[in-house]
Amino acid sequence: MEAMELTADTAAEQLETDADRAFGFWIYLMSDAVIFALLFATYAVMSRNYADGPSGHALFDLGHTFAETLLLLCSSIAYGFVSLAAARGRRAQALLWLGVAFALGLGFVLMELAEFNAMIAQGAGPDRSGFLSAFFTLVGTHGTHVSFGLIWILVMMAQVAVKGLTASVRSRLLRLGLFWHFLDIMWIGIFSIVYLPGVLQ
Amino acid sequence: MKTIDNQTDGGSEATPGSYLTGFALAIALTVIPFALVVAGSAFPHAAVLSGIALAGVAQVLVHLHYFLHLNASTGSRWNLLAIVFTTLVLVILAGGSLWIMANLHQQMSPT
Repeated sequence: MEAMELTADTAAEQLETDADRAFGFWIYLMSDAVIFALLFATYAVMSRNYADGPSGHALFDLGHTFAETLLLLCSSIAYGFVSLAAARGRRAQALLWLGVAFALGLGFVLMELAEFNAMIAQGAGPDRSGFLSAFFTLVGTHGTHVSFGLIWILVMMAQVAVKGLTASVRSRLLRLGLFWHFLDIMWIGIFSIVYLPGVLQ
Repeated sequence: MKTIDNQTDGGSEATPGSYLTGFALAIALTVIPFALVVAGSAFPHAAVLSGIALAGVAQVLVHLHYFLHLNASTGSRWNLLAIVFTTLVLVILAGGSLWIMANLHQQMSPT
């Protein structure tokens, strides 16, 4: 009887620690949002400073951006299914959806790298104009975040495979989910502020 | 406790259905601004830009609600408070910077 109460106490404590950790991670995400917002403001100020270089209208490809957007959105929803599988204790399902989220996220990063590569190859690198410096800083910062998210997904796939869906693994999966969904929200800002108005001009 | 309780266990109120609803809304709110830009010349410039901004804000709210499960319940009140405070800081920092730079730009322009 006493032992059972003890277990319940420990479980409640674990839940409380997890909740504190999720809240702490949320505060980190908010600070990250401040960084992104300032990069957005910098981009807005610099967005017309072409220095006789190419404009967004000449450089951006709407279809390419749309495909990137879909990849990241589908990766985000795939992570939603990771959370559902983890909550129901379905290890194989969680692993499968983590793999899907990873593959879609990797597709996004590769498309972004292809775009950067093509731009730099045609002389529109970050050193070309104020507009391009701000563009590469903002979009590159987002891409770096996504790349680190991919590494984190791989680490969590290994943990789910080796340790199973223990309380601490589920708690980490929860924070990875916050990070992954947050990055998709930042991408909404990027296509709404950088790509769409850029193509429109 | 001061967090997203319904997320601690991966979302007790989250269901495949709620994720798919969010997904459908997100797709629609992505297609609308892209279609607006494709049809760009058919509408006034300012109208297209406002449409992009509105769809963007709506989609951010959809993501916060359906994917991050943020709501006004006691469970996520602290998270909500944090994001409201962050939004305030952003409005002051980003909005203030843009205001100052636009003003400088105007002052520096040859008349």
